[in-house]
Amino acid sequence: MQRYIVTRIFYALISLVLLSMTIFCLVRVTGDPAILMAEPGASEEDLQAIRREFGLDKPWPIQYVSFVQSMIRGDFGTSIYYRVPAFELYLQRLPASLELAIWAMVISLIVGIPIGIIAAVRVNTWFDKVGNVFANLGLALPSFWVGLMLILLFSVYLRLLPSAGSGTVKHILMPAFALGWVFAASHMRLARSAMLEVLGSEYVKLARIKGLSETLVIAKHAFKNAIIPVLTFAGINLALIVNGAVVVESVFAWPGIGRLLYEGVSFRDFPVVQVTVIMGGLMIVAVNLVVDILYAYIDPRIHYG
Amino acid sequence: MASGQIAAPPPMFPVQPVALPKWRRMVDRLRAAPLISMTILAVLVLTALFADFLAPHDPTLGNLRQRYIPPVWQNRGSMEFILGTDHMGRDVLSRLIYGSRISLVVGVTAVVVAGAIGTALGVLSGFLGKWVDQAVMRITDSWLALPPVSFAILLAALLTPSEWNIVIILGAVYWTRYARVIRGEVLSLKERDYVRLAVVAGCSQAKIMWTHILPNIANSAVVLATLQLGVVIIAEATLSFLGVGVAPPQPAWGLMLSEGKAGLMTGYWWLSVFPGLCIMLVVLAASAIGDWFRVWSDPQLRQL
Repeated sequence: MQRYIVTRIFYALISLVLLSMTIFCLVRVTGDPAILMAEPGASEEDLQAIRREFGLDKPWPIQYVSFVQSMIRGDFGTSIYYRVPAFELYLQRLPASLELAIWAMVISLIVGIPIGIIAAVRVNTWFDKVGNVFANLGLALPSFWVGLMLILLFSVYLRLLPSAGSGTVKHILMPAFALGWVFAASHMRLARSAMLEVLGSEYVKLARIKGLSETLVIAKHAFKNAIIPVLTFAGINLALIVNGAVVVESVFAWPGIGRLLYEGVSFRDFPVVQVTVIMGGLMIVAVNLVVDILYAYIDPRIHYG
Repeated sequence: MASGQIAAPPPMFPVQPVALPKWRRMVDRLRAAPLISMTILAVLVLTALFADFLAPHDPTLGNLRQRYIPPVWQNRGSMEFILGTDHMGRDVLSRLIYGSRISLVVGVTAVVVAGAIGTALGVLSGFLGKWVDQAVMRITDSWLALPPVSFAILLAALLTPSEWNIVIILGAVYWTRYARVIRGEVLSLKERDYVRLAVVAGCSQAKIMWTHILPNIANSAVVLATLQLGVVIIAEATLSFLGVGVAPPQPAWGLMLSEGKAGLMTGYWWLSVFPGLCIMLVVLAASAIGDWFRVWSDPQLRQL
């Protein structure tokens, strides 16, 4: 068990190293990092000064070591537009993104799980088909377009919800739904297939043979087991939701890290773009690691290799 | 996600399969095909090919006196601009027609680029094994850990926006899935007798990979590509929407949505509704065809 955890942590660390190397190399292969750090239209002397200041004139391996060292210290460079440390900006914006992500996750679970379960219980009926359409639409509609359509319906025509900004529950409903639909679709599909598998299993048959009512079989025996994979998957998805909200946040002017990334790209503020992407990768690696380890504790069938 | 089915209990007496005539089996297979989706995609391909003949107006040239004309069935609408005009007086229908060209060309080439990178790495990793396998798989893991949209935006911030750079960016972001799946298949192919025979016969590794492994994984690669077409088209629209994709005044659908957003609050709904509907139709059609093709080409691939 301990060995398993150590291996997992080791793999996670390798992932992080490769991830940082990837970004480090991509920045240098595609152009001059000094230009990315300087203000647009900076003179050659300014660029030279930046190169000296950040050690960009040294060979790559040395640059990489100092790149990693400063990242560990939480130093991701200074935002060109805001003139404050990029990491500070990131931390300021993170709570709003987490709030939106949690709402989107809750919506996706509340919508996805019941539809998936009922679709499995009533497999191949009209309900199953409608559920399937819901899932396909969720996966085929770009989330920003769903957002625009929600604004059109609820803000422009019905005048029920504000179209942008944050602060109240009313502000959060539309972005959370626009963001949550895709995940509702995948949670629904997973719940459906997990439930179908459980319903075909021996212990459900036994429960039926014992003469339990159908409601009890589904609610007590089948549901609990079908829900486990969905919740695990939801855990992994949470990191994806936090980092996948760029477009939705920019549609609704939501002050999160997605919006920060969007601003970073529009203002050509590279340190901001970089911190958002690296922290996103870090978050996903960390969540995957936690899920792997938790799974090993919960599921005795996992083979510690 | 696998769409699970309750396994039927084995029959008490094995039923002899009734041999249907060959044409009947062909007809049955065709009937399972998603004809509506295929029609949609075919119409789209034709639209993209013959955009020059079909579009009633120039997609990039507007007339500022004819701004914000609504679609024909609304008040003030005119037959000249069936789906209305945008903030620069450009015809929405013509822009949609030319936009199909961008979506399809960028989508298909990006899928091909991603597929080529992923398949090549998957074959090398699975066949050569050892440190090559370790290296490729660890790189795949770390690229998978990067949130795809943010990663694409980072690359877009590094490169100047153009259609070909978007293809490269999307290829660089979406190759990982191919590498994973193809590697898995190569691992099992490698143990087959004909591959071992080729080794014994003294074929070079490159020769074995090219003539014995590649043809056998081509099917999975094509299926994966069809399934990813929709994902990539949405990704392109997202980048264009954020202003780091196709550059204006090109008529990309994502770009049209971002331009239409400004007119949304004033009720110019047609600028936001139609491009989104187009994206939705293509992606739905592509994923339906991908699902069907996956089952049709090889029932064992259903788990893909």
